[in-house]
Amino acid sequence: MRFMVLVKANKDSEAGVMPSTELLAAMTKYNEELVKAGVMLAGEGLQPSSKGARVRFSGDKRIVTDGPFTETKELIAGYWLFEVKSKEEAIEWVKRSPNPFPGGESEIEIRQVFEAADFGPELTPELREAEERQRAEMAAKR
Amino acid sequence: MTASDTHRTIDAVWRIESARLIAGLVRIVRDVGLAEDLAQDALVAALERWPQSGVPDNPGAWLMAAAKHRAFDLLRRGSLLQRKHEELGREIEAQQAAPDLEAAMDDHVGDDLLRLVLVACHPVLSTEARVALTLRLLGGLTTEEIARAFLVPEATVAQRIVRAKRTLAEARVPFEVPRGAELAARLSSVLEVVYLVFNEGYSATAGGDWMRPALCADALRLGRILAELVPAEPEVHGLVALMEIQASRSRARTGRSGEPILLFDQNRALWDRLLIHRGLAALARAEKLGGAFGPFVLQASIAACHARARTPEETDWPRIVALYDALAQLAPSPVVELNRAVAVGMAFGPAAGLELADALVEEPSLRSYPLLPGVRGDLLAKLGRFDEARAELARAAALTRNDRQRELLLERAAACARDAAPPRQE
Repeated sequence: MRFMVLVKANKDSEAGVMPSTELLAAMTKYNEELVKAGVMLAGEGLQPSSKGARVRFSGDKRIVTDGPFTETKELIAGYWLFEVKSKEEAIEWVKRSPNPFPGGESEIEIRQVFEAADFGPELTPELREAEERQRAEMAAKR
Repeated sequence: MTASDTHRTIDAVWRIESARLIAGLVRIVRDVGLAEDLAQDALVAALERWPQSGVPDNPGAWLMAAAKHRAFDLLRRGSLLQRKHEELGREIEAQQAAPDLEAAMDDHVGDDLLRLVLVACHPVLSTEARVALTLRLLGGLTTEEIARAFLVPEATVAQRIVRAKRTLAEARVPFEVPRGAELAARLSSVLEVVYLVFNEGYSATAGGDWMRPALCADALRLGRILAELVPAEPEVHGLVALMEIQASRSRARTGRSGEPILLFDQNRALWDRLLIHRGLAALARAEKLGGAFGPFVLQASIAACHARARTPEETDWPRIVALYDALAQLAPSPVVELNRAVAVGMAFGPAAGLELADALVEEPSLRSYPLLPGVRGDLLAKLGRFDEARAELARAAALTRNDRQRELLLERAAACARDAAPPRQE
């Protein structure tokens, strides 16, 4: 099963402070470990929200707001995508990560990725077909 | 944390640590059976302790220490073979004397794992034994999980593993990583085992027991681990690329009632772009290493041609023909020939394809293979030879074991019959 592992932002990451050489080295080593274990599918760090934007939906309207955004703890500073056997395994791997903000407080959130099989009997053939159609349309629009 | 939470955590730790643990112990005790017993003892100790004490900060090191402690115990009681006695004592002492145990362990890990997988897939073992041992020692699967995945009784798998360990001990299989051509030969046995596991999972239809499809994930993980253990071997990356690209289609390859959907009829929007991306990257790694393409790199290259095409019409058929030509030279088989016939039919017209397919009609191993009459039926229909096409499609329908597939073939046969009827002369 797949898990998205979300590194939450903090004041430093939002201020665009680059990680120290030590942290970069520790993170590189950790990533290597994930790759060697065949666990890591993908992973990236994200630039501060000041370089991003939001699109708010209100009925038919679309309202674009440029960053930065204030609620720092709700923001994401990076992510990994893991392929593991259980949530517990994802947790064990995350516990081995270096603290993304050494000396400070930080949080990493683990979220399971939906796969069609997860819906089980809830996803009826008709819904499944609709989902497939949507995906096809999305791909066609790309 | 409740006891069952702790047990689930221990399961997870075991999945992460067991291969490295067993591999490290094999280096010390030079016996796969004993190493696994020691690792299991350490697991039992963890199951006893951790629910009370909590999971230690470095669970891998804890398990290794517990296993070594147990080895010492056995040594003291003289229950280990004399032959191993001195060697073992020296090894353990040397390790404990090492100033930086952890660093020393890290250096060894890659070699240890490679040695272990080479032993698990050693040519003295039967294919079934190689599969069971690899999943058990490297994949961290329990005997029960392996049995469920392969639809055999648990006792059968347990027997296979016991016998395999005995065979390894009796054959005195050396625990070393061979070099050069020998390494390549031994590795090809490992790659075959991994691909066999993958196919076992891939051929399992949707639904039913989830353990079977999960074999694909196990095989992919083993493949990704191998790619880092022997990064200079193009075939390893070829295998990984092939598995990643095939796995990318898993959402698209079965229909709503579980019937298989052939590659050309699949909704390509359902293909997993991340896995395709990873597969193409693995293939690029193999290509960058240079040298002649091996069978896995060739098969991955063919899979990549399909993965790169956004629609079936975009498929680079001439390139696929060239790749099949190379594959037929390297690893000739009637199934490869049949695939080549399909590719030739697409690239150079149905007559050329049919000529190749016709040459396979006498092939004994394809006598009850529904795809042969299926392919011939298709090509004949394209050539307007509807009577013959109808007969071939009906034959394919009689051979297939899949109900939905049979229906489709019979529908196409009926369509051929309609096309074959000459327009009535007034």
